[in-house]
Amino acid sequence: MALDRWIALFILMICIAYGYAAWFTMDELLPPIMRRNPVWPSSFPKILSILGIALSLVVVLGLEKAEQTKAPEINYMRLLDYKIFHAIALLAFMVIYALTLRPAGFLLSTFLFLSVSSLMLGERRYLVVILVSAIAAGSIWYLVEQILGIYLRPFPSFV
Amino acid sequence: MLEGLLIGLSTAFSISNLLMVIGGCLIGTFIGMLPGLGPMSIIAIMIPVAISIGDPSAAIILLAGVYYGAIFGGSTSSILINAPGVASTVATSFDGYPLTRQGKAGKALTVAAISSFAGGTIGAILLMGFAPALASVALLFHSAEYFALMVVGLSAIAAFAGTGQVSKALLMTVLGLVMATVGEGVLFNMPRFTMGIMDLQSGFGFITLAMAMFALPEALYLVLDPTRSGRSSGQGNEIKDLRITKEEAKSIAPVIGRQSIQGFLIGVLPGAGATIASFLGYAVERNIAPREEQEKFGKGSVKGLAAPESANNAACTGSFVPLLTLGIPGSGTTAILLGALIALNVSPGPRLMVDQPQIFWSVIISMYIGNVVLLILNLPLIPYIAKVLAVPRTFLIPFILFFTLMGAYIGQNNATELLILVGLGVSATILRFGDYPLAPLLIGFILGPMLEDNFSRAMQLYDGIGFIWERPMTLGLLALALALIFLPSYRASRARLKAQGVAEGD
Repeated sequence: MALDRWIALFILMICIAYGYAAWFTMDELLPPIMRRNPVWPSSFPKILSILGIALSLVVVLGLEKAEQTKAPEINYMRLLDYKIFHAIALLAFMVIYALTLRPAGFLLSTFLFLSVSSLMLGERRYLVVILVSAIAAGSIWYLVEQILGIYLRPFPSFV
Repeated sequence: MLEGLLIGLSTAFSISNLLMVIGGCLIGTFIGMLPGLGPMSIIAIMIPVAISIGDPSAAIILLAGVYYGAIFGGSTSSILINAPGVASTVATSFDGYPLTRQGKAGKALTVAAISSFAGGTIGAILLMGFAPALASVALLFHSAEYFALMVVGLSAIAAFAGTGQVSKALLMTVLGLVMATVGEGVLFNMPRFTMGIMDLQSGFGFITLAMAMFALPEALYLVLDPTRSGRSSGQGNEIKDLRITKEEAKSIAPVIGRQSIQGFLIGVLPGAGATIASFLGYAVERNIAPREEQEKFGKGSVKGLAAPESANNAACTGSFVPLLTLGIPGSGTTAILLGALIALNVSPGPRLMVDQPQIFWSVIISMYIGNVVLLILNLPLIPYIAKVLAVPRTFLIPFILFFTLMGAYIGQNNATELLILVGLGVSATILRFGDYPLAPLLIGFILGPMLEDNFSRAMQLYDGIGFIWERPMTLGLLALALALIFLPSYRASRARLKAQGVAEGD
């Protein structure tokens, strides 16, 4: 079974769970006065769950005949031939950035995220990396905090 | 009308108001270019500045300038890095980004600039001529028709996903609608489907989702396949052919004309706005194009780029009609503008044209000026804008990822949003591996609350789903939606039978 049908199967399961929540769990919480309304908070989700289940079944069962498929941009069957570890590392850096943004402050975490990512992708001009990351972190902080007026903690929380 | 026009001219052409237009367009273009900051957030940020000006005409001229600028800047980032910061420029990236990948970024930006200019200018002319009349058309629509109209819009988006892809596109649309129901909606004052997670109380953020669907998978694809960035940013960024050929100009002229008018009319309808206008414009032009040109759509067709660009700018202008003549905001952006006007002691409505004609007319005149500013500002800046692509990929990729993170963070001011962004981005990349179209998901998500809102109101008015058959216009629109979905697969199966040598039944 091709990947797209596995995905549809997964979406089917999401839709069944969503439908279960909409059909069987939401209405109990509804105050009696709202039950007189023709439309309940669960009405629209109920319709969506039916549509979602029907459509994912169409894809899972392959009811719609696809045209001659073009070559995919990335062949997921040979994922290891690509720079998959770079991609996973970058995603990990993003998660670390999200977790350190508040405690370490914007300037430090942004500088580290930009410089470490560049170095991992193969940049070897160390001075350029340091300069670009530092200037970018500083100027974006200035733009967001001073011009747009959105608060970003610049320094680590203990400073 | 002539008297009003003269008042508008004298107000708009004062030095301070001219500076407002130019400043607004510049700020809007610059910030709109950064992926993640859409017109709504930019205008919201500019409101304190506008209110401190004090003069209502100057304030709304400034905010309107920011609005056009942001839409314009959004199309630039759609074309160059496939990261639409604004929903209404998602359709721009369908053909704009392939053109960039082919090394025709300069041509794409020129087409976008001309189309936007023409769309905005034609929209302003229509607004001036037909504002009162068109407002009464919008009055005829009830929530039942709005509901049906949105269903038509969503079906059209799925229908142009391509043969064999319609069910996948529809599934993505439904998934977007499902995601839109998460959180505490305004309608029912109770949290739904939050799974007990506090950060989902306010639902998924639009900017986060837009970043996760477009910018993040694109960045990951660039990482996975280094030759890809070679193709997209190597020789491609030499903006040597900024000019478009005579044939191209000839082919896009009728597209711009049609889509400016259609986009304007859609923009007038509250709830429809620039996003539907751009998608519908793209779908219409794709369907009426000759077969050999249809093939080019999505692969770098200038027509496919001109259609959404002229439509979304005309629709932005159109969305001012209900705001200025009825006091009803047609979109999130005009809702923010409405808030700003009320803060300035101006109550937009049918009386505005009579009581404060200088405000009404100076806004319209400033639209012409704004369009000229955008054209003369953007065209000379094109080579500099395109320099973004000359950045080596070792810097480009971290910066794209960083801007997606910042966009999500600024939108919600919440670090958990960044984790949601990464999770959704990985899911979107897997969906892209499986050849699922991602734009329908985002559009479903944006239209979801409006769709449910109008559905619920129609249900309440008719005490059930009777509105579907009791209102002929609703029934007609829903039938059109069904036709849009089933026609492509019917045509495809006929083409297949024909290819197999089976005689046609009729």
